[in-house]
This record gives sequence, structure tokens and C-alpha cells, in this order.
Amino acid sequence: MSLLLRGGRVVDPSQGLDGAFDVLVEGGLVSAVGQDLDVPAGTEVIDADGQVVTPGLIDIHVHLREPGQEYKETVETGTRAAAAGGFTAVACMANTDPVNDSPSVTEHILSQAARAGFARVYPVAAISKGLKGKELTEMGQLCAAGAVAFSDDGLPVESPELMRRALSYARHFGVPLVQHAQDLDLSGDGAMHEGEWSTKIGMPAIPAAAEDVMVARDIELVALTGGRYHVQHLSSRRSLDLIREAKARGLAVTCEVSPHHLLLTDQAVYESGLDPGFKMNPPLRSTADREALVAGLADGSIDAIATDHAPHHPDEKLVPFGEAPFGVVGLETAVGLCLDRLVRAGVIGLPKLIDLLSCRAAVIMGLAGGTLAPGSPADITVLDLEAEWTVAADHFESKSRNTPFGGWSGKGAPVMTIVGGERTQL
Amino acid sequence: MSDTTLTPAWNRRHLLGVSELSVDDVGLILDTAESFREVASRPIKKVPTLRGKTLLGLFFEPSTRTSSSFEIAAKRLSADWVNFSTASSSLKKGESLLDTARNLEAMSPDAVVVRHSQPGVPEMLAAQARCSVINAGDGARSHPTQALLDAFTIRREKGAIEGLKVAIVGDIEHSRVARSNVALLTRLGARVTLAGPLSMMPVQAHALGAEVATSVDEAVADKDVVMILRIQLERQHRGLFPSVREYFDLFALTADRLALAKSDAIVLHPGPINRGVEIASELADGPASVILDQVANGVAVRMAILYLLAGTGGDG
Repeated sequence: MSLLLRGGRVVDPSQGLDGAFDVLVEGGLVSAVGQDLDVPAGTEVIDADGQVVTPGLIDIHVHLREPGQEYKETVETGTRAAAAGGFTAVACMANTDPVNDSPSVTEHILSQAARAGFARVYPVAAISKGLKGKELTEMGQLCAAGAVAFSDDGLPVESPELMRRALSYARHFGVPLVQHAQDLDLSGDGAMHEGEWSTKIGMPAIPAAAEDVMVARDIELVALTGGRYHVQHLSSRRSLDLIREAKARGLAVTCEVSPHHLLLTDQAVYESGLDPGFKMNPPLRSTADREALVAGLADGSIDAIATDHAPHHPDEKLVPFGEAPFGVVGLETAVGLCLDRLVRAGVIGLPKLIDLLSCRAAVIMGLAGGTLAPGSPADITVLDLEAEWTVAADHFESKSRNTPFGGWSGKGAPVMTIVGGERTQL
Repeated sequence: MSDTTLTPAWNRRHLLGVSELSVDDVGLILDTAESFREVASRPIKKVPTLRGKTLLGLFFEPSTRTSSSFEIAAKRLSADWVNFSTASSSLKKGESLLDTARNLEAMSPDAVVVRHSQPGVPEMLAAQARCSVINAGDGARSHPTQALLDAFTIRREKGAIEGLKVAIVGDIEHSRVARSNVALLTRLGARVTLAGPLSMMPVQAHALGAEVATSVDEAVADKDVVMILRIQLERQHRGLFPSVREYFDLFALTADRLALAKSDAIVLHPGPINRGVEIASELADGPASVILDQVANGVAVRMAILYLLAGTGGDG
């Protein structure tokens, strides 16, 4: 089965491409990108004129909740949400029940993903057994089973000694240590960013320094070990400065930011009337932090945009803000928000966005996608920059509805995803 | 209550915080409280104003004095008061807050008085409820009836609030009393200075609309009103202050410190007081103290609020 995407604007920063090209897919791989390509017999031709064809978008930070919390999300519903949102691949975190700290759990996730087939699923396994921060997981066996990186996400690795050993040991496998960077003593029972609005509300709060001290510590451990280190959902201005400094030192340090931290601040918590749909960890931060993150996209200090898609059942969020679980869903809103609020708004160009959502994301996690170079897997996202959207959580493919963007509207949306040469049929 | 002529200006359904109140609203509450104050001196301390009304006290957090004050206020207005406390409630059985609220609402109360450890709970209930909701304290956020009774007490002592200089001293970070008082007193034209251990001062305390002093001496100097907050002794064990002894030395209101204030300054405390911790014992009983007046006035102010919300068709 072969497929030709004809005449679209191909944006592939991995090859420096931005222009009108045909993309030919054969045998699940990209076989050619060029102008006026010959069409082999039996090829299905898709007219992409007026649309944008990009390497498949990759969300390197999602929670699929399976196994153990299938009432929030499953591999099937989570990957349906990914496909609906324009993503051809996701990296899923280990804080399931049981924790993904053994090859059998990794294999289970992969078999569920193969059955669902809506997007590639790359399991991120736990750094420590049971996420307890005491003993390393069997990283070699986990990598052999399909794990692409290690993270105790949801929790930081608190012990500097364990973090040091993990950074060193993971070098055997060439995979990154992925950190939810937060000092738990400093974050305490905080529920929102510590600043003007938490002061006014009287809400227990999380200072930006809770992130900064952990990022600073980890960077020194990277220098000590030569490990590869990736900061998840970076939220603070000062942490971004630390990442810049670490990169300037030549350390193998990368970071991702989430759409909600790029587009919202702690003021939204107040203005929402303390709606738990605005509660996530790290919290929405100050205007100065938000503006620094936006600047970091443009200047290259931020490597990826990832959603931290964190589904929760509606009942779990129908409680006072301070008692609600952290987390918001993001797979079905991220691309539209980025196209409208970042690209259309002139903050970054479209190639930069595709780099952040696909090419660099693949490099960070060492994945095969993120490019349309001939011979690559035919994972492709098609965007329509003029498509209008309004966020309607009730229509999400995800099982959960916990978005802070309900009712937002804009222009620019994914219209097709192709995984391994097959159109994802929803 | 026979001698009051109320303007029909009251059209609020809930009392959730002080920032929602206009200066006229506050004036109406305090004037109404003034007329209720004399009920306490009658041989039969009861008026028929809220006869047939059901008021529900929903105290999810332990409270003795606020719940008693509301209960007395309700009973002096002839309302039926039902106290729903968490110790005996289905919350212990895992029922959610909103389910509890729906169940109680099905019993058709006219007003619910709610206290909860989480900021925003009164708003959550108000968004659901057909009846009036009165905030009796939500976390460290807001305690509007306390601020109103403090303003009432200050106004009775000083004649007016506009132009007064007020110090609030203690654990500001965890204090709903401080937040509500700053919001209300500044709205009424007072200038407020905050002081206390900097380890319990919000990082952006100036955002509250008050000045921040780094010592109690500085805060108290030349003030008309000094409000002392209760220090929660368990905060010592969380590392927020080192000891009661040092707290008293550095942050308590003592005669020497009070001497820095205006000669006619008054001393308030929301209670319950820790004698010899945040306030010298002799000051608590001294001529400047209006602490027991606050308690008495609290009943009158809560009578006024219950009357205005449950008794005047404020269910629009």
C-alpha cells in the first residue's frame, strides 16, 4: 500500500524543508519528498494543497493511566486523543498502578498500544522501584522491553546520591534521565504558585524556588556524571536561566514546557474562581515566568513542547481546589493552541513549532520519528492553518475533561495523522 | 427590632468575602448591627424577626466561638439553628462535599453558615445552593464576619474608620482574619500596617494593600488600633518560629510596645488568646483592650447579617 500526499507545504526542520512538495510513502516508510513525484501504480493520492505536511508530532510527556487507573484513561482512549490532537506518538509516564518499573508492565503497555493502533506509544519507565526513590530499576531489562527513557514523574528523585547513580547508570543505554524537578520540602502542601495571587487568596503555595533548587542540583550531578538529563514541564524563569547556563557549559541538558505554562498564569487560578481545572504541578506561574518561557521558545533554550496530559475523572476535580489532584489534559488542545497563540500570534514561526513538537522531541527521547527523510517511518501530521476550532471538552476522545482551555477558540488545527503509512481512523 | 428604618438597599444573596461589599453595604450591616446590639441587654433576649427560618451551621473545621456566636445570633432572631459538625457527619464516611451540600440543601434551609479549611468552599456551595451562603472562614482566605465585627467595634470606639492607622501583628501568612481585615479596613479608608515573624509573612504581603513593617515596634508606633493575632503553637514544630519565649520577646504586644501607639489606642484580638504568648496578660485585661467587646459585638453583627440575608428577601 503506497500513499502520495500531493502539493502540501512540507515543513520539516530536520531537513531544513519548507516549501511545496509531494511526499511519497511506501511500505510504511517515507520513500521520497520532492516536486512532481511520479506516482507508482496503485498509489492512493491525497490532495494536500493548501495544507501543511509535517513529520508526525510527538508528545513526550503524557499519562495514559493504564494499567491501574483505567477509569481516568486507557492506552486506547489516550492514543485516540493523541490522534485527534495531531500526535502520531506519545511517551507515557511510569506512575501507573502497578508502576512501570518492570519489563512486564512495559510489555503490557506496548501490547495495549499495538492493539489500539492510534499512535505509537513509547513507555518511559521508572527510575526507582515503585517510584520510592530508594533503589534503581532494572534499566537494562526495561530498555530491552521497550522503555525509551526513565522518570519518576509525579515525584522527583529526592536523593542526590540516587540521582547521581541513575545518571551514571543510564549512560549504558544512551537514554535520558527525565526529571520532575521539584524540592518536596519547599513545595509542601502547596496547591498553586507562591506569589501575589496565592497571597491574596491565602492558598498554600509552591515557590518557583522549589523547581530552581532541584534543577540547579541536578545540573551539577550531570556535570559530575556526564549523564543525559531532561527537565519535564519547566515552569520558572530562573530554571530556564539555569538550563541556558548548563547548555553553555556543554552539558547534555534539555527541557520541555507545557502549553498551559506558556499561555496561562496564576492569575487565571483566581479569575477561574479557584476552578480545580487550573490546578497542575508545577503550577501556573507568574507573568514574568510565562514571558520568560515564551522568550525561551524563540531563542532555542527550550527543546520541546509537551502537554503533561494528565487525565482525572470529573468527580476527582469536583472538590475544593486545595484538595483536587494535580493535572490537566492536553493532547487534544495543544496543537491548535500553539498554532493560534504562538504561530499566528507571531511568537515563533511554524518551522520552529514543528521542531519543538516533533524533530527535537524525537532527538531528546532517541525516537525514530521527527523527520520525513527518505527511509524514515511514515509518521506524518497534516495541518490546516485556517481551520477554526473551539475547545469543547465534552467532545474529547480522552476519557477525561479536565482542561483549563474550555471555550477557547482559534485558527489552525490538525486534520490528519498517518502512523507507519496508515491513516489513523477515528 | 422596632426602631430601625432599613433602606431597601440590600440585594445580596450571599456573604462570601468582604471585597464584594460596597462601602454602603458595610454601612448598612454595621448600622443594622447597632440596632440589634441592645437586644442583648433585654431581659428576654429574643426578637421574632426570623421565626420560621431554618439556619444551618456547616462547620467542617473545629470552631467553638464562631459557631456559638452564630448560634446565639440565630436564636435571638428566633430562627431554628441546626449545627452540622464534621465529627458526627457523613464526611467521615467519605461523602463528597458537594453531595453533603446537596443533601442538606434538600432539607430547604434558608441560609447555610460554612466554615472549611479550604479556600473557595463557600463559593462552591453558593454556586449550587438555592439558599444564602455565609462564609464563616475558608482556610487562610477570608473571614468576613470577623472583619465586620472588628470594624463595628473600631467604629464604636473611634467614631469612624476613615483616616485611622491600624497595625495587625502576628502570623499573617496563615491568617484569614488579617486578610479580611486588611481588605475591609482599607476599603473603609484606614491605613493598615502588618508585622510579625518574617518567616510567617507572605512573600508579597504588600499585594494585600497594606504596608509591611519589619518590627512590631515600628508597626505599632503612632497607631489608633492594634490588632493582635493568635499564634498557632503547633507552627513552632513546623519550624516557622523557634519558641514561645522568643515569640513573646520579639513579637508580643507588651505595655512597652503599646506605649508607642497613640495614647488612646485600642487593642483587638480575634480570640482565643494565648496569654503571655502573643499578648501580655495584663494588656488583655487592660483599659485599652476591647477584646470582650468584640465577642459581644460579634453576636450583633451576625444577627444583622442573618437578618439581611435570610430575613429581607435577599433571595433574588
